[in-house]
Parts: sequence; C-alpha cells; structure tokens
Amino acid sequence: MSLLHVAVLLPFLYTILVPFFFKKIARVHTGWFVIVVPLLLFVYFLSQFPIQNSQAPIVRSVPWIPSAGIDFTLHLDGLSLLFTLIITGIGCLVVLYSIYYMSMKREALHNFYVYLLLFMGAMLGVVLSDNLMVLYVFWETTSVSSFLLIAYWYQRKNSRYGAQKAMLITVFGGFAMLLGFLMLGSMAGTFSIREIIGMRDVVTSHSLFIPAMLLVLLGAFTKSAQFPFHIWLPDAMEAPTPISSYLHSATMVKAGVYLVARVTPIFGGDMNWFWIITIGGTVTLFWGAFMAIRQTDLKALLAYSTISQLGLIMSLLGIGSLALNPSYSAQIDLFTGAMLAAIFHLFNHSIFKGCLFMVVGILDHETGTRDIRKLGGLMSLMPVSFTLTVIGGLSMAGLPPFSGFLSKEMFFTGVLSVSRTLDQWTVLLPIAAWIASIFTFVYSMILVFKTFTGNYHPDRLDKKPHEAPLGMLISPVILASLVVLVFFFPNLVSYSLLEPTLHSVFPNLLGPGESFSVKIKAWHGLNLELFMTIGIVIIGTLLFRTFKKWMDIYYNLPRKLTLNSFYDRGLAGAENLSSRITSFYMNGSLHSYLSYMFGFLIFVVGGAFVLQGAFGANPAGASPITLYEYILAASIAVLAGFVIFVQTRLTAIIAVGAVGYLVSLMLVIFRAPDLALTQLVVETITTALFLLCFYFLPKLKSETVRIRLRLVNLLISIGVGTVLTLIGISAHSSSQFKPIATYFEDAYKLTGAKNMVNAILVDFRAFDTMLESVVLFTAGIGVYTLIKLRKSRRGSR
Amino acid sequence: MEIVMTIIAGTLFTSGVYLILSKTLLRIILGLSLFTHGVHIMLMSINGLKKGAAPLLDEQAASYTDPVPQALILTSIVISFSLTAFSLVLAYRTYREHGTDNIEKLRGQDHE
Repeated sequence: MSLLHVAVLLPFLYTILVPFFFKKIARVHTGWFVIVVPLLLFVYFLSQFPIQNSQAPIVRSVPWIPSAGIDFTLHLDGLSLLFTLIITGIGCLVVLYSIYYMSMKREALHNFYVYLLLFMGAMLGVVLSDNLMVLYVFWETTSVSSFLLIAYWYQRKNSRYGAQKAMLITVFGGFAMLLGFLMLGSMAGTFSIREIIGMRDVVTSHSLFIPAMLLVLLGAFTKSAQFPFHIWLPDAMEAPTPISSYLHSATMVKAGVYLVARVTPIFGGDMNWFWIITIGGTVTLFWGAFMAIRQTDLKALLAYSTISQLGLIMSLLGIGSLALNPSYSAQIDLFTGAMLAAIFHLFNHSIFKGCLFMVVGILDHETGTRDIRKLGGLMSLMPVSFTLTVIGGLSMAGLPPFSGFLSKEMFFTGVLSVSRTLDQWTVLLPIAAWIASIFTFVYSMILVFKTFTGNYHPDRLDKKPHEAPLGMLISPVILASLVVLVFFFPNLVSYSLLEPTLHSVFPNLLGPGESFSVKIKAWHGLNLELFMTIGIVIIGTLLFRTFKKWMDIYYNLPRKLTLNSFYDRGLAGAENLSSRITSFYMNGSLHSYLSYMFGFLIFVVGGAFVLQGAFGANPAGASPITLYEYILAASIAVLAGFVIFVQTRLTAIIAVGAVGYLVSLMLVIFRAPDLALTQLVVETITTALFLLCFYFLPKLKSETVRIRLRLVNLLISIGVGTVLTLIGISAHSSSQFKPIATYFEDAYKLTGAKNMVNAILVDFRAFDTMLESVVLFTAGIGVYTLIKLRKSRRGSR
Repeated sequence: MEIVMTIIAGTLFTSGVYLILSKTLLRIILGLSLFTHGVHIMLMSINGLKKGAAPLLDEQAASYTDPVPQALILTSIVISFSLTAFSLVLAYRTYREHGTDNIEKLRGQDHE
C-alpha cells in the first residue's frame, strides 16, 4: 500500500463521512467538508511534478488476485498525471461551485457528494491503473456513479430516462471493452499495460489483434460519446449543472480518449486503428457541431458541442498514431505534432467547456430558464457572466487571443498533414474539419449573442435576473483566466504537462537524450491554417446572420430515422421480447416448474452420466436373494404402479400405506430394526393423517389431461426412474473408498451405547439430530397454525 | 439382491414422479411419499445389503451392517414425516380457502 493507493482510495473512504457531515453539521454546507478531498489530492499530484520530468513513471503494486494475474498496480506517468490534475483540479472548482449552486435546504446533498466522490475515486483509478482488469472495474464504477448523478433528481422522468440511456450505452461498451481486454490478456499472457506494450510484436502478429482492437474501441467510443453512440450525452444533461460540467464535459467523457491514448503504444501504427479513429472522430466532430446549432436548450447545445470536440480530439489521436507506423517515419514530426494537438486540445477543452457549463448553470440559476428563445439582452444585467461566456465561447470557436485558437490551428495542421501524406481522397478530412469548424463558430456565436444581446424579455423569465453571487463566479473566473493565460504563455503547459504526456503515449519512439519539440506559438506566419480560420470567421458570421433562413433543414430530417428513435424502439422491442420469453416459461404452473427440474435431472445428470461412461454393474459382491424377498419386492413395485391408476382416494391412500408397511418389512430384512420400528410408527401416523384429511379433501377426479401431456409426464417419470436406478446400480458396483463403518464398532467404548445407529444419532452427529427435531417442531407449529388459522381477516376482502 | 432392490427403488421413483406431475394436491403428496420410500431403499442398496448382523453390539457378531446409511435414513424418515404432515394440512387449508385442489387453478396472479 503506497501513498498513490491512498490517493485513489481516499475519495471512496471519505464517502463514509459525508452523510454524517450532512446530518450532524447541518448549518455548514456539506460541500465545504468535501472540497478538502480534491484539494488535498490536487496538491499531492502537483507535488509529483519533478519526478515526471525525469520520464520515469512511478509504479506501485499491491497483490490482489495473483493467481489470476490481477494486481492492484498503479502507475503514474505523464498521461496519468495530466488527467489526475484535470480530475482533481476541476473537481475542486466544481465542488466550490456546487456549494453555491446546490441549495443546502432543499437538496439531498449527502447523496450528491457521495456520488461525486465515488466518481472522483473511480476516475482516478481509471487513469492510474496499470492492470487492465482493475482499470475495467474502475471504468464501470464511473458509469455507475454517472448513472446515479444523472438520476440525482430521480423524481423527474427525463432524469431517469437519461440515466438509463447513459448506463445502457456505456455499460454495453464496457462489456465489449472487457472482452477486448481479455483477448489482450490471452495474447500477451499478462494484464499489465506496460508489459503488453513491451510485447507489442507478439500482440500485433496475433490473429486476435483486430477483434481486440475493435472491442476496445467500442468501449472508448461509447464512453466518449462518439457517433453513433453519442445519443446518451444530451440526455445526460438532466444531471445538476456542476455534474454536467465535471463528468460530462471535463472528465468522464474523456475516459475514452484516455483509453485510446493509453493503448496507442499497443495498437498505434496499425492502419485500421488509424482509419477507424480518424474517421469516427471526424464524423462525430461534424455531426455534433451540426446538431448543436439547432438546440434551444443551452445545456443541450453544450452537450452537442462536447460531442463534437471529443470527436476532434479522437480524430487527432488517430492521426497521431501514424507516428508509430514505420512507413511514415519521414513525417514523424507532423504526426507527433497531431498527438500533441490532441493532448493540448483535451486540456483546453476541459477548461473552457468547464467554464461555459458553469456560466450556463449561473444563467439557469439566476433566470430560471436555459431556453435560448426566452433569454436575451442580459449583457448589462450580468456583465461578469457575459465576459466569461465570451472568453469560453470564443475559445471554443477557435479565435485568438484564447487558448482554443492554438489547439484549433494545430488541429488543422494535423488534418492537412494527413491529406498531404496519404491518398488523394483524404483531402475530405480537412474539408470536413473546416466545415465542422464553421458550425462550431456558429453555435459559439449563438451561445454568446442570443443569450446576452438582443432584446431583453423580462416577461418570459420566472425570476428577475441579476449577477450571480461571488462564490459562484470564482470557479468559472479561474477557468476563464486560465484560457487567456494559456494563450499568451502556452509553453507554461507545453513543457511541464504536454511533453511528459507525449512521452507516455510514444514511449519507445525517442532515442535516449532526445525530446519532442513541443514549442507552441500563437503566430506561425500567413499559412493555410490561418486562412482557414479567417474563412471560418467570415462564412460563420454570414451563416449566423442568416440563421433563420436556413434552419429549416433541421426540421426536414425524418423523425423516424433519428438515432434516438432507433434507440427508443430498440429498447421497447427488447423489453417486449424478454417479457414474452419470460412469461413463456415462467407461466405460474407448478407442473411446468417441476418438469424443468426433472428434465434438468434427466438431461444434465443423466447426460453427464452417459458422457462420462460411468455405468457399471458388478453383481459379484451382491447378497443372495430368497423367494420371500422377491415376493416382497415385487409387491412394492406392483402397489407403486397401481397407485397411478387408482381413481378413488381411499384406495390410493391405502395402497401408499401398504407400500410403507412393506418397506418397513424390507428394513427388517436389511438388518435395520430401528428403522423398521420407526417406519412402522411413522407410516401408521401418516396413514391416519391421510385418512383424516380424506374427510376434508374432495374426491379424486379422473384427471382430464390431454393424452399428449400424459405421455410427456410418463416419459419424464420413466426417465427420472431410469437415470436414478442406473446411478444407484453403478454407485453400488464401484466402491471407491473403504467404508468408515468399522469406526462405529467402537461405539461402546466411545459413547457407552451398544446400538451403533443410536450412538451416531445422539452422540456422533448429535447436532444433526437436534436440528432435525427443530424441523419437526417447526412443521408441528406450521400444522397447528394452518389448522387454527380461520382467515381472521375474511371480512376485510 | 442389491440390483433388484435398486430397480424396485426405480419403480418407486417413476410412479412418485408421475404422481408429483399430476394436478391434484392429494396425488402430489402421495407421490412425494412414494419418492421418499424409493430414496430409502436406494440408500440401503448402494451400501450393500445383509452384510452381517444388525448394528447392535449385543449381537456379538463377527461383522455388522454399516450403521451410517441407517442413521441417515432414520433422520430422513422423520423429516419426510413432518413434510408429509405439513403438506397435507397445507392442502387441506388450500382447499378450504380456494375451493379447489387443482394446482393449475392455483396459479398466482400476474404482478404486472
């Protein structure tokens, strides 16, 4: 157990205290106690910096299930550190913001913060685990905590719908990813990511390489809301805004990006990997940006924008992975540059999108609505929020002087380098990226100007808007100033954060002593990238001005063909199908259930018996049998068969009683006098009981059962009888071990009893006998109660 | 003799199962009763029959029958007795409450 393990487990352990803070110290907002955790962790991870620059990752291991090759190994390198800082840093700001956003009096804060901490710990676990299985456990824990947080206002139907959708889609991907991990594990013989990277040659030449890749990507794409799995993210906006800002833009949805970056040393360089990620990312980028424009809910707009930006990062990861392909070693600088852009944009997106979500939360909080159609003209009323939106929005649109500009330019460089290196048709990539960027510009403008400029409609708002309290503004202000700061001093982050991250994504690319060139400049001459940005501004402004004229295209999309209706119909169909299947076999009939059990006995037990070739009859050691015993045995069999055909109660009861008496005679022959006596007594009482009930129970009707069913019953019973008989004969014929009977011949010495059976019952196995009496006693109480029970509530029906 | 007795146990199983699969509560209980008899006979047979004197030390015999299955069966007899008694009363009560002893008519209601 190391400090690193403590860091991951701290949020989990702290959840135990949260309810006490909420219940016992009700005067102080619970958030003030919770903020301690991310703050401590942030400082702790910040203190790891010097170690990062020496390129040696910290590895700490605790054995967990060594027999299955699963160790709780944590591994802190540049990539993990970047994520831990985002998780804990933004975590601090989000908790601080939530203290003002979540009302102390009305909300179930203990639930909220327990889920939040649960998520924080799980997310730290995802980015720090070295073992794939441990990573998977944390990965699903983030899905579960996300589910809980989306459904935080579980009274609302939409919250439950969104939570279920997010859960189904991400857990589906998670299962696929688990399969992929298992394949990786079987290829490499280990679950440790570092060791698998070391065995890259074995893995890439294996036949499971492509399936494993596809499955892992499925996990990453569902988690990071890539097309066509993105549909859960807009519905996840039902969560409280601090959560949308934290989980659904800054951290959890980046888990897929993290995973892709983490396994790039394994899969990167493969052309399938490149095409799937690049094309998937570009399509997501385009579709997200296109759909964001039509949204009227500010949070939905930001959700689609997040989808789009995640697509952008994804496609850059795909392009960057080409650096590992030996055929493109000449363009290696271009592709590592794309990877750098991916990492940089990931960082930028976390800060500007976090800021924007918080501002939208403020708008919602202060005006009572997030509907663009109702908002407008708030600039003079909420000047600080306006400034923050401008900073975040323009950074999102990729304009200077904001950090988004830098990574957007680097993104253009990346896609252009692909089209310059690969086939002709890949020129589509920069074109798609450029058009998507125009849409991005348009929705950023909508976000800024439709909300804050134009006419002010106080009549459409529930509340009288005013600027948010200071505490609520602190977090977005910090993020917004980071946005500006990074633009002017990009190399503050590039050498400290981005370069070590690049090292962990490409661990084997550099020789000793070399380093990646990570110098980021705002001005890089009058090149194509700059002209692309200028084009975006011009065309984007035109489109924004004429928005009303062309927005009709959105309403011409057929409703039935959307992915959401596909999901809804699929879900309804699956529910319908499973309920039909269930009611088919769970039909409430005792007869069916018993048939299943007996069928199981016949097919599974009997089948195993046959397959094992276990049958053996060895009459050698058998005892001789006399004529009298033959007659006794035959009478039992005949009477047993007779009961089946009897139509009157009395005859049936007497026949069964006769079988019982014959069995007790048999027990005399078997040298079991105690059993014979007991059986005799019990049989007498039982027959008396039967006859007593006979008085009350109705006459046996000849059962009107269809002949087919009767045949099935007969087959089942013959099957059961045969299987058990064969097993009995074989068991008798092969005695594997010496009987322990001789031990009990010392019964007198050991217990002072001359009757061995009695000695076993009351001495050797006395507890069994005691519990047997308990059973008898319980049955007695049951009988008594059932007889006395006179449906006392009969009148209440 | 063991093989013969095992086959007899098999016939008891067969008719027991057939009765258990029928619709009438009384038949089901009778079937259970027959099934337990089968189990007892089979347990004895698997171990070997008539391999010496009854397990009473007073007999002073050279060898005794294995007492372990006998102890097992003794327990089983008592338990199956309580089971039979309970199910009989349950059947009686069911009939009084619901006016039928046909289990196909005693299906539960759907919850949904």
